[in-house]
Parts: sequence; structure tokens; C-alpha cells
Amino acid sequence: MLRDITIGQYYQTDSVIHRLDPRVKLMGTLIFIITLFLGKSVWLYLGVTVFLAAVIKLSKVPVKFIVKGLKAVVILILFSVIFNLFLTEGTPVFHIWKLTVTKEGIYLAAFMMVRLIFLIMGSSLMTLTTTPTHLTDGLEKGLGFLKVFHVPVHEIAMMMSIALRFIPILIEETDKIMKAQMARGADFESGNLMKRAKAMIPILVPLFISAFRRANELAMAMEARCYHGSEGRTKMKPLRYGKNDKIAYLVLAGYLIVMIGINTALGGRVI
Amino acid sequence: MSIIVDNISYTYEIGTGFEKQALKNVKCVINDGDFIGLIGHTGSGKSTFIQHLNGLVKATSGTIYFNGMDIYDKDFDMKMLRSKVGLVFQYPEHQLFETDIFKDVCFGPKNLGLPKMEVELRAFEALRLVGLDENLYYQSPFDLSGGQKRRVAIAGVLAMRPDVLILDEPTAGLDPKGRDEILDSIKDLKEKTGITVILVSHSMEDVAKYVNRIMVMNDGVLMYDDTPKHIFAGYRELEQIGLAAPQVTYIMNDLKNAGFAVDVNAITVEEARQSILKNLQGIHGKA
Repeated sequence: MLRDITIGQYYQTDSVIHRLDPRVKLMGTLIFIITLFLGKSVWLYLGVTVFLAAVIKLSKVPVKFIVKGLKAVVILILFSVIFNLFLTEGTPVFHIWKLTVTKEGIYLAAFMMVRLIFLIMGSSLMTLTTTPTHLTDGLEKGLGFLKVFHVPVHEIAMMMSIALRFIPILIEETDKIMKAQMARGADFESGNLMKRAKAMIPILVPLFISAFRRANELAMAMEARCYHGSEGRTKMKPLRYGKNDKIAYLVLAGYLIVMIGINTALGGRVI
Repeated sequence: MSIIVDNISYTYEIGTGFEKQALKNVKCVINDGDFIGLIGHTGSGKSTFIQHLNGLVKATSGTIYFNGMDIYDKDFDMKMLRSKVGLVFQYPEHQLFETDIFKDVCFGPKNLGLPKMEVELRAFEALRLVGLDENLYYQSPFDLSGGQKRRVAIAGVLAMRPDVLILDEPTAGLDPKGRDEILDSIKDLKEKTGITVILVSHSMEDVAKYVNRIMVMNDGVLMYDDTPKHIFAGYRELEQIGLAAPQVTYIMNDLKNAGFAVDVNAITVEEARQSILKNLQGIHGKA
């Protein structure tokens, strides 16, 4: 169950996308999200779909693997679809019991679903093709200008990389603790909400304790190796833009301009 | 009362590209009252195997019969199985969560839906069986030493009164004294209650002294299933799969090759001592 969450996971393979500079991928994800929320038009979403499909194809990550990550948010998507479908005012199309489904509602629900699905697919594609170390390196360097405003960029990036690194470990730990408590007859699947919430205590307490223990050990290990923050710290593999990265930036800029162009040309029309 | 493992196989993460076959056609019968040592090095599938025995992991193919009932039958009572086949995980102290030791040990029997009296009775009994000092019963489990925590965790499983007790590396991370204490108390427990015990370990040395049957796993396959004497006799083959016989086996074999008529089947240091002394007396007697 917990292994289904692919957000934050890395898929090992060699592709053009994998080799891109993490700063390009971060920028790409940002641009992708911007275009996703640019407007409400079928043509716009068609453009976004083509872009996403092309990137997935280039990344060599199996589509099945990316889709699997959606399982974890199916409920959230369903919620937003149902609410949008029944609670949007406009031209009525048909009635079910006391609820009215409107034309605007159908559009909104469909757009919402596509947006959420693409949002998760796009951002998980970034983590699937970028190792956590690369990702935080990219963030650190990409946001380096904030140092001028005394933002502790390095420390934030380090915290992020540690957090990302610990996601799979904590998932595994949760799995182990769950099994251990199940071996003692614990039941997480039946009973009412109150009972189920209470059944979480035997998992959460050991999980927190082990998280604190790990954090403590990690801090100790870092100090033992003389870690003292960003001051005077150099990288073994400093990030440098290559030819592919420049091409990717151009492609991204082109994509953004085309999408904005489509959006203004349509002027708010849906189709 | 027995567990029949009928040709089970298990594959991790089917259809993700990370597929890994952890068990390959494992067949065996676990009889009532057996004291089994399950040996294999890291990644040999032993932990996966024992999780099948109480139904935590479902085999990809094959089935398991508990007292003649198929555990994958849809009417089968899994909760009953988990109470009858007690599984103590590696580093079991990491599963402790209650505010005091006694409450934590009550967790298992309470989950079985027993009346309060019975729950507390079983908890007391279990804590006494693992030999924990009574003054500690109402302290926080987090104030204990590593070995004591482990006892509490084992008591937490024992309190369900299982017929079969499986311990996954119960001595991992303990010092030699803690290790001997835990193993001795498991032996005591076995003698007092007569339950079936499966001791999982990667060290022959640890289990040789206690068990009457050894199962060796390698790369997901159950390679040997025999008495310790027979298993250790083939110590050359064990070495090939990265395991070793107890040190006494090597000493006895070397002595024999050097011309002493000692018993190479001695498993414990004590048996070896007897055999060597007997041999020496024989030599002296002649001289």
C-alpha cells in the first residue's frame, strides 16, 4: 500500500531528461505548472498533454510507473470532481435526484481532474528523473541569489535533501512496524473512524521514536565529519550548464510562448 | 498440530521492473515441539519465509496448511493464526509504544478480545517467562536497556500464548552476555512450555547449541533440512554458500586429520571437550 507512493522516488535509467541539469528540470516543472493553470481551454490542455507525453517518452520512465503514483491521490481527485460536478451554477444539463449537473460543472470537473492528474504526473516525473542529491544541488544553486537577503539557502537545501532521503526509509520502517503490530493481533482495517484512528497509535509512537533516533544519529555522524553549514563548503561535482541544457531552456521558452499565445488567441473561450 | 508448507514461491514487487524472487518452491513440515534453527545469510529469504508462516505475506504460488486448514482459504481466521504463530521481528524493541511495560505486553492478548482478567494474567505469565525483574513492570519501556527491551517485546508476543514461536535474529545487536541470556531464556521457555520454536539466525554458532533441527536457506531455496550433526558434517558445502559450521567442528576435524580419534560430530564446546578428554585418557591409558 505505502509502496504505491511514487512521489519522491527515483527511477534509475539513462535518458536525455535524466542527464539534464536539475535547474533546467526545476524550471521546466515550474513552467509546466504555470501553463497547466494558465486558462480553461481544451486546446490549451491538448498542448500541455503533448508536452507531457513528449517528456515522458524522452525520459524512458515506464508510463505505468508514473500512473501508479496517482493511486495515492485517487480519493482527492474524486472529491474535487464530484464537488465541481454538482455544485457549479450555470446552464442545467440533467438532474440526478436533487442534484443538478450543469454544463459549466462538467467542464470544471473535467479540467480539475486533468489539472490534478497532470500536476502529480509532472512533478513526480521530475523526482523520478532526478536523484535527491541532484535536486537539492539544483535548488541550492538556482536559489543562490536569495543569499543576498540572508536566506540560509544551503541549510534549507540540506534539510530538503535529508527529508527526501528519509521518505523511503520511513516508509519501510512504517511497513515493518505495521507488520510487527499485526503479528500481535493489531487490526487496522475494521471498526469505525475513532477505532481506526486509535489503532494508529501503536504505529505512530514507534515511528516517531525511530525518526528521532535516526535524526540524532545522523546529526552525530555529520558532526563527526566536521559538517558546519555552508561556509567555505565546496562541491565535488559543481553544476555546469551543457549544450543539452541550453537547448532545453530554448524548448521551454518556446513552449511557454506558444501556450501563452494560444491562451490569448482564444480569449477565454473553452473550445 | 503442525504447519505444512506446500511448495510456496514469492516474488517481490511484481510488475514494477524491480522484481525479485525471494522464495523458490519451499517445501517443509514444521512439527509440534520442534526446535528449529533457520540459517541463511542476509538476503537469503529467511525473513520473507517466516512472514509467510503467520500470513503477513501471501505467497505468489503454493499454499500453507496450519493444522490441516489452508491459510489462504477465504474463510480462514487470520487473527487466530497470528495468535497461534507468534512472530518476533528483528529488533522487536522498536515496536514498543505504551507508557508502561505491563500495558505494552497486554496489547497482544487485548487484540484477541479476551476479558481483562485473562489479558492481565497472560501478561504477567509472559513477563515471568522471559525473566524480567518484577520491579520493572510498571516502568516506561523506553528506560530499559537493549536486552531488557527485547525481553519485553518477546513477552508481548508470548502473551498471546502461541503454539509456535518464531524469533527473527533475536540476538542481533546484543553483546555476548545479552545474547547468551536471551538464548538461554528461550531454551528455558521451550523446556517449560513445550512450544515449537523457530530461531532465525545467520550464525551457526548461536543456534548449534540449542536446536534439534536446522534448515539452511540460500538464495530463496531451502537447501538443507536436517539434524545439526548431519548439516555440520557437510561443512565444506556450507562454506560454499557463505556460511560456516561452528568453530568446534573445524577443530575436531583438524584433530582427526592430525591422527586423534575424536568425534567430529561434536556440536557444542562441552561435547568437544568430553570427546577430546576421552581420547587423551585413552592415549595416556595405553602409555
